[in-house]
Amino acid sequence: MTPTDHPPHGAGQQQARRRTPVGEPLRLLRSARPWRSIAWLLTGWVTASLWIAGTLALLVVPALGVVLLLGGVPFGGVERWRLRMVDPAPAPSPHRPPDRSGVWRWMHTRIGEPATWRSLGYALVFSLALSWVDLVVGLLVVCVAQVICWPLLAAVIPEFEPDALFGLIPGEGPASYAATVLGLALLPPVLYLITAYAAARAALTRYFLVDRDEAGADRRVRELSRSRERILSAMDAGRSRIERDLHDGTQQRLTGLIMTLGMARLRLADASEEARAAVEDAYRQARTTLAELRELVRGIHPQVLTVRGLSPAVADLAERCAVPVDVRIDLPQRPPEPIEAAAWFVISEALTNVAKHSRASRAWVHCRRRGSTLVLEIGDDGIGGADPAGGTGLLGLSDRASVLHGTIVFDSPKGGPTRVRAELPCDW
Amino acid sequence: MRLVIAEDSALLREGLALILAGAGHDVTAVGDMDGLLGAVAADPPDAVVTDIRMPPGYRDEGLRAALRLRREHAELPVLVLSQYVEHAYATELVELGGGVGYLLKDRVGEVPEFLAAVEEVAAGGTVIDPDIVRKLLGRRRIQTTLERLTDREREVLALIAQGRTNASIAAQFAVTDAAIAKHIGNILTKLDLPPETDGHRRVLAVLAYLRYDSNGEAP
Repeated sequence: MTPTDHPPHGAGQQQARRRTPVGEPLRLLRSARPWRSIAWLLTGWVTASLWIAGTLALLVVPALGVVLLLGGVPFGGVERWRLRMVDPAPAPSPHRPPDRSGVWRWMHTRIGEPATWRSLGYALVFSLALSWVDLVVGLLVVCVAQVICWPLLAAVIPEFEPDALFGLIPGEGPASYAATVLGLALLPPVLYLITAYAAARAALTRYFLVDRDEAGADRRVRELSRSRERILSAMDAGRSRIERDLHDGTQQRLTGLIMTLGMARLRLADASEEARAAVEDAYRQARTTLAELRELVRGIHPQVLTVRGLSPAVADLAERCAVPVDVRIDLPQRPPEPIEAAAWFVISEALTNVAKHSRASRAWVHCRRRGSTLVLEIGDDGIGGADPAGGTGLLGLSDRASVLHGTIVFDSPKGGPTRVRAELPCDW
Repeated sequence: MRLVIAEDSALLREGLALILAGAGHDVTAVGDMDGLLGAVAADPPDAVVTDIRMPPGYRDEGLRAALRLRREHAELPVLVLSQYVEHAYATELVELGGGVGYLLKDRVGEVPEFLAAVEEVAAGGTVIDPDIVRKLLGRRRIQTTLERLTDREREVLALIAQGRTNASIAAQFAVTDAAIAKHIGNILTKLDLPPETDGHRRVLAVLAYLRYDSNGEAP
């Protein structure tokens, strides 16, 4: 995977930082970020209190010890959600989905994961200490606000009879406005410090609760390639099912119809010319339809490929190709079914290409085993210039091969000749 | 004749039974491979007519049953019916020896032709579906060698490959047996095939020739 294909999660984070970089204090202070940071710092204690309360409640019932161990999981969920206040980058869960459904399966998966223990540790430290430190830092802004409002407080609240602020600024009189000036001067550096602190805290949260990019990307790639394999095999299974359904349903009925019409032809020997002609016509049409259906079914999924393997199926493809094809298949035993299907698909598509575009006079298909790899070569003596980017056919071949962890190389210079080489690893 | 027919589709099983019983044969009908093997073991018939794809696997049970039946009852004639224009299957069958046939199912609609094929197989002959022979003759890589034959010789070659006897070929063209024998001699010489007179071995040689190319290379 190249970096341009799918931006890793870090990219979003960097973008957010570019919008309001901590390194540019003035722009930062004009943004919403300081206020979001304050809100984030001031609300953490709610999660902490609820988590502590929940944990204590569970402690009453000793049997729920296991549930206690998983306490970091819901906590992580809430904190990842809250993290969005200060960090707009995606915060994917570090937990992997259990491979089967069910409560026990879920718990089993979670207990076995390092992420669960990281979350639990962070939940403890956060609830007992960090969230309260956050609260104190967040409250700094309240102190500054109090300084700014110093003269106002004295005027509005009569009971407020303070001593001089910091022992210097009196609570009443014009001199008290010095406090407002001082507060306004303090506000930017305080906001800046709070935001910087929140950024550091957010990074810490991300470290403990959010999926690390590398591991996550790996897992996503694995999941993606597994799902591609599943889709491919579902597609093959679907084709094979359609072939079976047509054979057992439509083809049989049509054959039954042909038998019936065949008998009718015999019994109509004495009937009128028109009647005999009509039945004869119906009979011919039914046979033509069956012949066409056979061809169609064959293109969907050749039955002989499943039953007898590549050799007869490829020989058949070669016979149907408008260009003479030399076929050499040298396999000690049959490869696994998905590999056979892929090889057939590659050969079929390549020969279609030869017939349509190559203007070749000869073509060849060689198939052999090298170690645990099936090596497939298709070539012709045509005009070349086949471009995988140009048509979907050749690109489809690359997709097929890559799903099976194989490779496919097209060598088709202008003027020819064209060679296609596919390597499909398989266990056999 | 006493026949066992094996076909999993009830519709076709009844149609086949009707046609064969109508021709005066004594028919036992079964629906799968085990039924077929059981019916033959219980009371060996004069010939077997079987679908190629049947329960339990829906793959090539008819062929495998034919193989087993020939091991247990060496001479038992077997006619396989199939939806597949596939000479790989036909070839495997022919390699069992005489008294075999491979026909596409819709050929049954040509009732007299089908009944004649059953008789032919039961008599130890070989029957290959004309569509399969046509496909073999249509193969590009043998076209150049086939051009050495006259039109009539190519027609005769197709009929040889289908397993037809000299007499039946002669009847089709309304000529004498001797004339046909001469044609066949010419064909076999032009294709460098041994001058076989035994019907089945001749079919084998011609089919082998048609399957392989002029360099003798396996497809």
